[in-house]
Amino acid sequence: MSTPTTPLWEVFIRSRTGLAHKHVGSLHAADATLAVQAARDLYTRRGEGTSVWVVPSSAITASDPADKGMMFDPADSKVYRHPTFYEVPDDVGHM
Amino acid sequence: MYTGSITVADTPLLRYVLGRADDALVLGHRLSEWCGHGPLLEEDMALSNMALDLIGQARALYTYAGEVEAAGRDEDAYAYLRDVTSYANLLLVEQPNGDFARTIVRQLLFSAFIDPYWRALMASTDPTLAAIAAKAEKESAYHLRHASEWTVRLGDGTAESHARAQRALDELWPFTGELFTMPAGERALIDAGIAIDPETLRAPWRATVTRVVERATLTLPADGWMQRGGREGRHSEHLGHLLSDLQYLQRAFPGATW
Repeated sequence: MSTPTTPLWEVFIRSRTGLAHKHVGSLHAADATLAVQAARDLYTRRGEGTSVWVVPSSAITASDPADKGMMFDPADSKVYRHPTFYEVPDDVGHM
Repeated sequence: MYTGSITVADTPLLRYVLGRADDALVLGHRLSEWCGHGPLLEEDMALSNMALDLIGQARALYTYAGEVEAAGRDEDAYAYLRDVTSYANLLLVEQPNGDFARTIVRQLLFSAFIDPYWRALMASTDPTLAAIAAKAEKESAYHLRHASEWTVRLGDGTAESHARAQRALDELWPFTGELFTMPAGERALIDAGIAIDPETLRAPWRATVTRVVERATLTLPADGWMQRGGREGRHSEHLGHLLSDLQYLQRAFPGATW
């Protein structure tokens, strides 16, 4: 439970250099420094990470689930937006 | 069935390696006692992680002790089959967890010493000890940071957390003198470049602890009577109870595995 003294933080981990930070979960901590430490202890115990971000959950603005139809359904019929109509040369690697 | 205790050879290097291993095992066991009892889930995990770091260090050192003694003993023999008077850990690490503040302050006082100790030992002429130190130093650096940040928040927190942190500091202070004692036989190891003279770490240790204690708005206790004896096997009443918990299973069911 989020309390006034230990707010909720969202944790993002970068697993390898060159990849983006990815959301992995959340935790409670009194401040940003302790949140980074707790994120290290909770989410990188099995060698998952090379970098950690924490963000106060309260700083996140989310889309309204009620707007799902308006927000996301129009993209369903636009298959031509997927970059699948050309070959990516092997040398490009991860992208 | 009951398994009797072993008596290990008394050579300076073996005694030295076992002392360091015992520090890590006993403190690791203490931290493991928090598992399931942490003040919050995040800290429960943090303390358990640190317990595993320390037990891992102990395993490496006990395994090396087995090589040094060359009596066919593995890490388990040293951990489970030595009596309390054979343990050579510092009195500081066997002190009970108490409340969270006490555990954190104990970790601060020990980590502020052992982190620069491992860093110095990375240059040991003994390649095994140098390798163990290189691995352990990264772990102890984090233990020091974790304990420092929490000491600051407890000391500079509420009136209650400040009082508890100060009480922990006052009660544990008499056990810090032993960090810098040198058991008989260790001088030769230091001269050979194998071990580190702990006296050289007194000033850096004090600087680190002072910096954290000041940030935490706590008061550094005056140096009074300092307890000692752990390195010679003269322990406080707490270690026997700890070992009865730690050793019970292997003593009652020798060689049990699962």
